[in-house]
Amino acid sequence: MRAIGLLLWKDVVVELRAKELVYATIFFGAVVILVFCFAFLGGPKPTVDVAAGVLWVAITLAGTVGISRAFEREREGDTMRALLLAPVPRSALYLSKLSAISLLMVIVETVALLLVSLLFGIPIGGILPSLVALLFLGTIGFAAVAALFGASLGRARSRDVLLPLLVYPIVVPVLIAGTRGTVALLVGAEPAVASFWLKFLLVFDAVFVSLGVWVFEPLVAGDA
Amino acid sequence: MTFDTVDARGLTKVYGRQRALAGVDLTLRAGEATALLGPNGAGKSTLVGILATLVSPTAGSVRYGASGGGVSGGGASSVASDDAELADDELRGAIGVIAHESHCYGDLTGHENLVFFARLYGVADARATADALIARVGLRDAARRPARTYSRGMLQRLAVARALVHKPRLLLADEPFTGLDRAGVALLSELLAEERARGCIMVVVTHDFDAVAPLIDRVVVLARGRIAHDAAAPAQRSTAALADVYRAAVQS
Repeated sequence: MRAIGLLLWKDVVVELRAKELVYATIFFGAVVILVFCFAFLGGPKPTVDVAAGVLWVAITLAGTVGISRAFEREREGDTMRALLLAPVPRSALYLSKLSAISLLMVIVETVALLLVSLLFGIPIGGILPSLVALLFLGTIGFAAVAALFGASLGRARSRDVLLPLLVYPIVVPVLIAGTRGTVALLVGAEPAVASFWLKFLLVFDAVFVSLGVWVFEPLVAGDA
Repeated sequence: MTFDTVDARGLTKVYGRQRALAGVDLTLRAGEATALLGPNGAGKSTLVGILATLVSPTAGSVRYGASGGGVSGGGASSVASDDAELADDELRGAIGVIAHESHCYGDLTGHENLVFFARLYGVADARATADALIARVGLRDAARRPARTYSRGMLQRLAVARALVHKPRLLLADEPFTGLDRAGVALLSELLAEERARGCIMVVVTHDFDAVAPLIDRVVVLARGRIAHDAAAPAQRSTAALADVYRAAVQS
């Protein structure tokens, strides 16, 4: 835990200095939402299904931009190598990156949620706790997969292209669960429906975080 | 973790069709500084990577003294301790690497970089250690500046301090004199001599014979992935004597 905290502290301090990832991901997420908003301009008012879909697509796309840059930063000065040389369990490296990515995405999600609520005219006040839980679990699931591939792509030449190609197919269940769960909350469906998607995300997170902890070492070690 | 020898046996590393190392046997001892020389592509960096535990050998093994852990080829890993992960972590904690890149974060100050790595290596008084080291490498005035504002030579000094922050048992220095001015070369030579006197096992990969000649006890020359020469350093610790040894080994 000490190592995870230390590595997370480092990521937070570096980002506070650079302010590059937060601005880039927030801006990208906002642009995606605005593009969708303009696409529906002049037509009938978009349904909550559309708003929920836009929210989760924006989060996923913005998250990928942030993750790609977060690992690029570790390649400057070859600091990933320095971390692999350090006497900390490789699982701590994985969990710290997962935490840092999640933290970044939480900030992006806050802005994205407000924008979607405003632009699509959807009140979220009454369902906020459940929506936050849904977003949190979805974020962990996405970050668990993205951190794994982000690190393992290492020095691959086409890593910026490969990252979304590898991550998106695997996080499709997160997108579906997040969108369906959000729709269920927005239309006031039976609590059991949203609860089902929350449990689904919880299982997804458990599986992929465990998998990440297990396979991170062989993926990044060996010929680092 | 303490170990007094590093014993590499039959180290072979193959990348695709390229054989970087072909059965290297090498024993390194405490308090001994070894110059690892060789032409480009001889396998020096691969050997350093294996000794640093960053690269897995295709075949062969490395044992880190009687009480230390070890790495071996063929995907298997042999460690002395019952707890493999603990042994690996402890082993890495006893190794210091000066590499081509600085291994430092540009957005952290020089001082923050050292404190971060000292804490990562479990150094008891990280802040005081960082203070002392940053002064030792002549970066006290620049200590509070982001590392990205450093010149190449200053970054190299910081990289040296980072590699020494946890007082490693095994120091692997890959082209450590790169980017240093004359004062920097003198300082690094002094630091390396101190590390050797402390009993550190030291390997210096370099093409800078001037800088390394007075420092070393032993010369190992790698050529085409094999050891072409392994003997005590020439009695005359001069650049010319070292260059003669190198030339003879590479041409043989």
